[in-house]
Amino acid sequence: MSTINKNATVPAPREGGHTGPLLEVKDLHVEFHTRDGVAKAVNGVNYSVDAGETLAVLGESGSGKSVTAQAIMGILDMPPGKIPQGEILFRGEDMLKMSDEERRKIRGRKIAMIFQDALSSLNPVLSVGYQLGEMFRVHQGLSKKDAKTRAIELMDKVKIPAAKARVSDYPHQFSGGMRQRIMIAMALALEPELIIADEPTTALDVTVQAQVMDLLAELQREYNMGLILITHDLGVVADVADKIAVMYAGRIVEQAPVHELYARPAHPYTRGLLDSIPRLDQKGQELYAIKGLPPNLLKVPTGCAFNPRCPKATDLCRTDIPALVPVTEQDGSDLPGRKSACHFWKETIHG
Amino acid sequence: MGRYVARRLLQMIPVFFGTTLLIFLMVHSLPGDPVLAMFGDKGADPATLAAKRHELGLDKSLPEQYFVYMRDMILHLDFGDQIRNGRPVTEVLGDAFPITLQLAALAFVFELTFGLALGIIGGLRAGRLADNAILLFTLLIMSIPVFVLGYIIKMVFAFNLGWISPNVSTVPQWDELIAPAVVLGGLSLAYVARLTRTSMAENLRSDYMRTAVAKGLPKRRIIGVHLMRNSMIPVVTLLGTDLGALMGGAVVTEQIFNIKGIGGIIAESISRREGTTLVGLVTILVLVYLVTSLLIDLLYAVLDPRIRYA
Repeated sequence: MSTINKNATVPAPREGGHTGPLLEVKDLHVEFHTRDGVAKAVNGVNYSVDAGETLAVLGESGSGKSVTAQAIMGILDMPPGKIPQGEILFRGEDMLKMSDEERRKIRGRKIAMIFQDALSSLNPVLSVGYQLGEMFRVHQGLSKKDAKTRAIELMDKVKIPAAKARVSDYPHQFSGGMRQRIMIAMALALEPELIIADEPTTALDVTVQAQVMDLLAELQREYNMGLILITHDLGVVADVADKIAVMYAGRIVEQAPVHELYARPAHPYTRGLLDSIPRLDQKGQELYAIKGLPPNLLKVPTGCAFNPRCPKATDLCRTDIPALVPVTEQDGSDLPGRKSACHFWKETIHG
Repeated sequence: MGRYVARRLLQMIPVFFGTTLLIFLMVHSLPGDPVLAMFGDKGADPATLAAKRHELGLDKSLPEQYFVYMRDMILHLDFGDQIRNGRPVTEVLGDAFPITLQLAALAFVFELTFGLALGIIGGLRAGRLADNAILLFTLLIMSIPVFVLGYIIKMVFAFNLGWISPNVSTVPQWDELIAPAVVLGGLSLAYVARLTRTSMAENLRSDYMRTAVAKGLPKRRIIGVHLMRNSMIPVVTLLGTDLGALMGGAVVTEQIFNIKGIGGIIAESISRREGTTLVGLVTILVLVYLVTSLLIDLLYAVLDPRIRYA
């Protein structure tokens, strides 16, 4: 006689006696060796995410935010990519020292990723049911039939109408918002501990953006997942994130709890980003834009990488790279979680 | 899908008539007279020639000849008789077609297995040594004309090494056809290898491949399922059109190895102005082309769900 093990259907408890943050990136460097030289895409990034916490990583194209995520995920193209130094600790274990097979088992099961363009990120010739079910078949050894049942459940979970009827449809038969829901469902399939969302709403229109972000936030709460939200959209961040890291030229230039950053930026770059959000009360006036272009990663400016575009730059900024230092109140009292990499953070935040 | 197939089948009718008419006209516009040729150098008196022409129906007007020919072909499956020896063309075809089919099948298997294998190796190692070696090798094959390659292979393996016999027997054995199949399939092999390689190398960089890696799938599955399904779509198209070309295009190869297939008969018929034989053979080849291209188009829709036939 066989007994059914009821525990098997209950989500496995989050194992391990590790107490620190869920994910910790320490002094991560990533460079790309190209024909024109070495492009330093990430230059010493530190950040951490706890279970249930949302970290938003903000920055323009080429600031290294996606590359950092790809390094965490282990999907960096190597070569030309290279990680010369740094650590990526997942539950206290350095993933960069793991074998390929160990890392593969973490991917999808413990750390999952949502990509920007769901149409090109889903395989065009396989049905969505197949692509969702693949997670269960590969990681949990489920049969084709069971995997399909689970795929339908997942599609229901991310609120795709008529999931049962649409499970055999192909990605091009879904609308943009629905496709992004499928991407989310795929990332959630095995209830990972950490989700990295790389500009999940950039390719969507504004109303759908809000729906998708709400869904993501809701599911994150339900599963108590850590979430790294990579975006260049400050509007998306405000409602969802707990803390923000602003990246520029492969470095974090400012770190802060979300609302404090909006209220009092401590870096001229963050200030520039906030000022370039269109505002209704300034209708008719010219929209502010940060002058210049993002730096060429083959030839990052000396000193602070932002100095050629910074309205407050001095000679000091052109020679010395500012360290990411804790920011304090005017009277010297702590501002927990706030850091800035500007020589003149005092003037910027309190000025 | 059913409607699409029906439409395609209906489209075959005008194509069928168009091609047969074209071939018919082309054969008749060739200089030379098949009846005169029958009698060789001695010639014959005009009355005998006229009687023979009347017997074969060659004294009728061209449209009438075409009409009679098509009527017999469609209603009675009668492709006419060969002028020279009076053998029914269907019988000639019945002898030659299986041999050509055998040769084409072998050449197809050869180009499919080796072309795909080389293409996959090259595509997965794009830019590295193995890839460059494959590119160079295929370029070499593509730049050698078939008759040169054929004679080289015949020379080396038949005359120098004595591994194969230089000519294939009248009813060929499979092993005798290996060398001709290599010659016949060589060029297509190079194209298949290059197309597979490019298609795979391109798809390797696609976003869905990155997703497949991020899902934590094992490498075999990423390549076997996600990459191959997408990369094979253009290759299947090429292979499909090639199947027809292998049958009709074996003229040179069949000559070199003295194979009594369709290619040889086509060449022979042209030089003897055997209009009926030629039209019959080409009609069969046209039908083969039409059917294979339909099958390939249907297979295409199976491989790529984005293509839908209404």
